[in-house]
Amino acid sequence: MSKLYVARSPRVAARSLDGEMMIMSGRDSTLFTLNRTATLIWQAADGTTSLEEIVKRKICREFEVTADEALRDAETLVRELATHGILEASEEPISQKTSAGGSR
Amino acid sequence: MPELATDVERLSLVIEIGGMPVRVNTTDPEFLGMLKNRYAGFVGTADHAEVDFDVALTTPGFGASDADVRVRWTSGQWLLERGDFRAEWEPASRRGSIRQSANPYSTDSVLRIVHTLALAREGGFLLHAASAIRNEKAFLFAGVSGAGKTTISRLAPPDATLLTDEISYVRKHDDHYVAFGTPFTGELAKLGENVSAPIAALYLLAQGPRNQIKPVSAVEATRSLLANVLFFAEDPALVQMTFHSAFEFVSRVPARRLTFVPDSRVWEVIG
Repeated sequence: MSKLYVARSPRVAARSLDGEMMIMSGRDSTLFTLNRTATLIWQAADGTTSLEEIVKRKICREFEVTADEALRDAETLVRELATHGILEASEEPISQKTSAGGSR
Repeated sequence: MPELATDVERLSLVIEIGGMPVRVNTTDPEFLGMLKNRYAGFVGTADHAEVDFDVALTTPGFGASDADVRVRWTSGQWLLERGDFRAEWEPASRRGSIRQSANPYSTDSVLRIVHTLALAREGGFLLHAASAIRNEKAFLFAGVSGAGKTTISRLAPPDATLLTDEISYVRKHDDHYVAFGTPFTGELAKLGENVSAPIAALYLLAQGPRNQIKPVSAVEATRSLLANVLFFAEDPALVQMTFHSAFEFVSRVPARRLTFVPDSRVWEVIG
């Protein structure tokens, strides 16, 4: 099975408050609150570390879960967040883009 | 040879909401009269306007007002579109145009959008909330439709000044926030007073069996605030600004959950 790479979308606003990661889609202003697992993946999603590595380094160390099981759950989560434009997912490493900004 | 065209008199009205003057220019005296009536109390006298809009009136039934609104930044200007209007606003030149029928409701919608765009740049926002001033302090009452914004406004005591029963206007001034009155009305259909005061508290409304105030976590307050902030623009940069403004607001203004019965005694616990 090919590797999956994930990157935080530059088209969102994100902030951690009292341990909860809140993310708002820049596309449709939908607000998401991530749980602990999703937050760990979000924070590690640099585009160059594979999801498999993220799961091994971040998820398996913190939770009592097998790597295979954690990876399956993580892939489901990543694909769901990708459909909302929160994360970008690709089978190739993703180059970091600059944040969407500009003066209005 | 006789003149083939004559100058058409340009009529203007400055509508000043939240301290931001917007001039509306029209050639139709009847439409101007409607606007003067609609925005009574918010008519300004400033020579300088943040935006100058030329209104081109179309025939009635130009389009449906219940269509989705679209707000986009394109070629150096904001483009605002709904079934019943199309407006352009170029911030750099402070000029804009509105194409709509002679329905003040369309102008009202354009003004709401323009104010959300202008406020976002300076850390403020429009909020689905009633607001009122009492003892020189402003209180916001946020909630979705049916949460009690109109009810709490209707129950306000005589010494309270109603700013709005529907859309609150929040501006950041240095390290604090100020609420301004707006002409944006809800079910009460009563214009707010054109005054302002520092915001002392944000109440998240819920109707219940008794009057009760409970603290809420910063996460809950931020989530509720964001759920009630007016967003129009399909613009990630603007969404980011408003998102961070909500966190900033919650870090500076106390937020509480207000459960109340529809009885004027609820105002005894506010303050």
